[in-house]
Amino acid sequence: MARWPGGIAAGLVLALTLGTLGAVAWRAGFALRLGPADLSAIWFTTWQAALSAALSVAFAVPVARALARRRFAGRGALVTLLGAPFILPVIVAVIGLIGVFGRGGLLNDALGLAGLGPVSVYGWHGVVLAHVFFNLPLAVRLILQGWIAIPAERFRLAASLGAPVGRLLEWPMLRAVAPGAFAVIFLICLTSFAVALTLGGGPRATTVELAIYQSLRFDFDLGRASVLAMVQFGLCAAAALMVQAAGAPETLGAGLDRVVERFETGGRWRDAGAVGLAALFLMAPLAMIVARGVPGLLDLPGGLWAAALRSVSVALGATALTLVLTLALVLRDGTLARLSALLPLAASSLVMGTGLFIVLYPLASPRDLALPVTALANAAMALPFAARVLGPAVAQAEAAHGRLATSLGLRGWARLRWLILPRIRRPMGFAAGLTAALSMGDLGVIALFAGDGEATLPLLMVRLMSAYRMEQAAGVALVLLALSLALFWIFDRGGRADAAA
Amino acid sequence: MTHRLPAGLALALLASPALAQDRTLTVYAPDYFASEWGPGPVIKQVFEENCGCTLEYQTGDLLPRLLLEGTRSEADVAIGFDSTEMKKARETGLFAPHGVETADLTLPIDWQDEVFLPFDWSYLAFVYDNEALNDVPTSFEALVSAPDDLRIAIQDPRSSVSGLSLVLWADQVFGDEAEAKWAELAPKITTVTPGWSESYGLFTEGEVDMVLSYTTSPAYHSIAEGDHSVSAAIFEEGHYMTIELAAQLVGTDDSDLAQEFMRFVTSPAFQSLIPTSNWSYPAALPESDWPEGFREIAMPEKAIWLPEDAAAAKRAPAIEAWRQGLSQ
Repeated sequence: MARWPGGIAAGLVLALTLGTLGAVAWRAGFALRLGPADLSAIWFTTWQAALSAALSVAFAVPVARALARRRFAGRGALVTLLGAPFILPVIVAVIGLIGVFGRGGLLNDALGLAGLGPVSVYGWHGVVLAHVFFNLPLAVRLILQGWIAIPAERFRLAASLGAPVGRLLEWPMLRAVAPGAFAVIFLICLTSFAVALTLGGGPRATTVELAIYQSLRFDFDLGRASVLAMVQFGLCAAAALMVQAAGAPETLGAGLDRVVERFETGGRWRDAGAVGLAALFLMAPLAMIVARGVPGLLDLPGGLWAAALRSVSVALGATALTLVLTLALVLRDGTLARLSALLPLAASSLVMGTGLFIVLYPLASPRDLALPVTALANAAMALPFAARVLGPAVAQAEAAHGRLATSLGLRGWARLRWLILPRIRRPMGFAAGLTAALSMGDLGVIALFAGDGEATLPLLMVRLMSAYRMEQAAGVALVLLALSLALFWIFDRGGRADAAA
Repeated sequence: MTHRLPAGLALALLASPALAQDRTLTVYAPDYFASEWGPGPVIKQVFEENCGCTLEYQTGDLLPRLLLEGTRSEADVAIGFDSTEMKKARETGLFAPHGVETADLTLPIDWQDEVFLPFDWSYLAFVYDNEALNDVPTSFEALVSAPDDLRIAIQDPRSSVSGLSLVLWADQVFGDEAEAKWAELAPKITTVTPGWSESYGLFTEGEVDMVLSYTTSPAYHSIAEGDHSVSAAIFEEGHYMTIELAAQLVGTDDSDLAQEFMRFVTSPAFQSLIPTSNWSYPAALPESDWPEGFREIAMPEKAIWLPEDAAAAKRAPAIEAWRQGLSQ
C-alpha cells in the first residue's frame, strides 16, 4: 500500500492533539506549577480509572462469552442495545443512572421494599459505577470481536478432537484482546470529567480533566491547563507502555469467514445469567431516560429539529473523516501510525478546542467554523476506537489473504477494494456507528465556537436546563438518545447485513 | 394591481435610512443569556426598534473568549459578567468607561463603578420544597448544624460563579472557622455539580431537599408554572449577592452605538424585561415597578457582597477552606 495517506492522517492527528496543546502552552508562556489539589486530582484520576477499567473487562468476559456461544431470538437487537450506554452523552446518561441508583431511584425503592436502608450513589463508587456503565458495553464488544475472530474451523476441530477449548483457543485470545480493552477503557476513564462531578459527591472526586476545565473556562489559567494536559499525555504513555509489556496482539490464522458455530454444551444457565444481569444493569437506566423524557415530548422546543439536523450533519461529517483517517493509519501501520491512533484518547477535548481557537481565530470567524471544527475534533476523538476495531480486522485480512493478493498483483486501490474492504465490513460498520453516536452527544468543542443560532442537540439541552426547563430538557435528552442509537444501529446493521443472524 | 405591492415596498425601502441599517452591534453574552429561553431575544427586539441597527449575539464563555481574542475581538459590548470576575476583567484593559449615570441604580449596595454597569442581581439562597421540608434552617449556622439526613446539592466554586459566591459567603459568615463549618456541613452535601443547572435538576427530580440557587428561583415556579411549592430559606446572617454586569469594549468600531446600548441597559424598557426573562431582580427599577410575584417573594434583610479586590484576595483561601473541609 502507498504510505503517504497514512502519513497525512498521522500529521493531522498529531496537529490536533499535540499541536493544539502546543498552541495553548505557547500562548500561556510555559510555567510548571501544580498545587496539592492538582496532585490529589492526578492520584484520584489514576486509581479510579484503573479500577473502572479492571471491573469493566472482568464483567465483560462472561457476557461476551455467552453472546459468542448462544443463538437466541432478539440476539442482534440485544447486542445493539447493550452497546447503547457507551454512546450515551454524559448529561443524558446521568439522568438514567440517577433514576436507577439515586435516592428516589428504582434500586432504593426495591431495597426499601426489602426493609433495607437507602444506599447513596454519590462518591467515588458513583464515579466507578458510571464508568463501568459506560464502558462495559465497549469491553463486551471488543472481547466479543475477539471471540468471533476465532475461526469457526478451529472450534470444529477442537470439538472433534475433544480438546479443551478454553485453554487452547479462548485463553490465548483473551490474553491478546483483554489488555488492549483494559488500556482503552483506562484511558477513557482518565479523561472523563462530567461524570466525576455530578456523581463524585465532592472535591475528593476531582479528576485531571475537571481541573483542566476549571483552568480553561473559569480561571483562564492556560499555563496550568497545559501542564495538566501534559500530565494526561504522560499517564496515557505509561498505560500504552504497560499494554506493550503485557504482550503484543497476535492473529489467529485464517478461516473461511464463517459464523462461529459452537459444539460444546452445558453452562446454559450461567450464560443466561451473565447476559441477563448485564442487560438489567445496562437497560434499566435507559428505561429511566425514556420514562423521564416522555412527558417532555409533548412540549418539545421550537429549535429542536434544526438542532437535530445540525447534530446529525456533524456526526456524519465526523464519521466519514474518521473512517478515512483510520483506514489510512491502519494500512500504513508502524510506530507513527500506532501512536497517532492512540494519542486522541489522552487528549482533552477542551484543550483541543481552545488550541484550535487560538490557531484559527486570526484566520476566520469562529462562528463560521463552529460546525466543521466540532466535526474535526469529534473525528479525532473517535479515531482510537475506530482504529482498535479496524486494526485487527485489516491485519487479519492481510495475514489470511495478503500473499495471495500480492501474487495476483493486487496493489493500491484495487487491493483495498477487493481484499481489505469486503473483509472489514462488519468492524467498519461498528466503527462508523460508534463515531457517529459519540459525535452526536459531544459538547466539548462547540461551546467555545457556537454563535447565536448554532445549537446542537446537547447544547440545546444545556440551554433548556439553565432556563429552569428540566422537563423539556429531559424530552430533548430522549430525542438525542433515540437519534444516537438510530445512527449507531443503521451503520452497525449496514456492516452486518450479510452475516447470518 | 400586481405591481403595486412590490413598488410600494421598494419605495418604503428607499425611504428608510439605508445607511443606518448597515450598523451592527456585536454583543458577547453567555449562552444562557442569548438563548431562546433567556432575556436575549426580547432585548434584541426592543433595542433594534429604536437603534436603526442590527444587534447580533455571539455566545460562549465571556471572559475566556475575550482574553483569547484580545484587541482583535469583534465585540462592541459584553453582557453577563459576574461581579466575582470583575477584577480579572478590568485587568485585561479591554473595557472602556460606560458613561452612564449610576445614581439611578436600585441595588441594595452603593455602586459607582465607571466601567462595569450592573443590569440585574439576585441573592444566593438555599431553595427547598415547602410542602416536603419541615424544619427549614433560618440561619447559615442552623444549616450547618442541621441533622445529617438533610440532603443538599451545591455547585463547585472552581467551575461556577454560584459556587464561588457560596464559598465567599461562608467566608464572610464564618471567617477562620469556615473550614470546620464545611466539614460539619459535608455529610449533608449529597453532591457538588459543575454548574447550577445540574444541581437544580437534582432538586426538581427530588434527589435533594435543598439546592444552592437564588432567592428569585421561586418566582419562576410561581409565575411560569403556577407552582407555589418552591421557597428560598432566608438566613439571618444575610445573603451573598450575585450581580451581573455589562461593559463596553475599548476596541468597538462604533462607540456611539455601544454607548447607546449601555444607556439602554439601565433604561426602564430593558429593566422591566429582566424579572420574567432572566428570573432575577432588575438593577435599576424601583421595587414598586417589579412584576407581581416578584414583590411577594421572601427578601433577605442584609446584603453581603465583597468588592473586587477583597473578592479576588479571598477567592483562593475560601476555595481551599471548602476543599479541605469537604475532603476530611
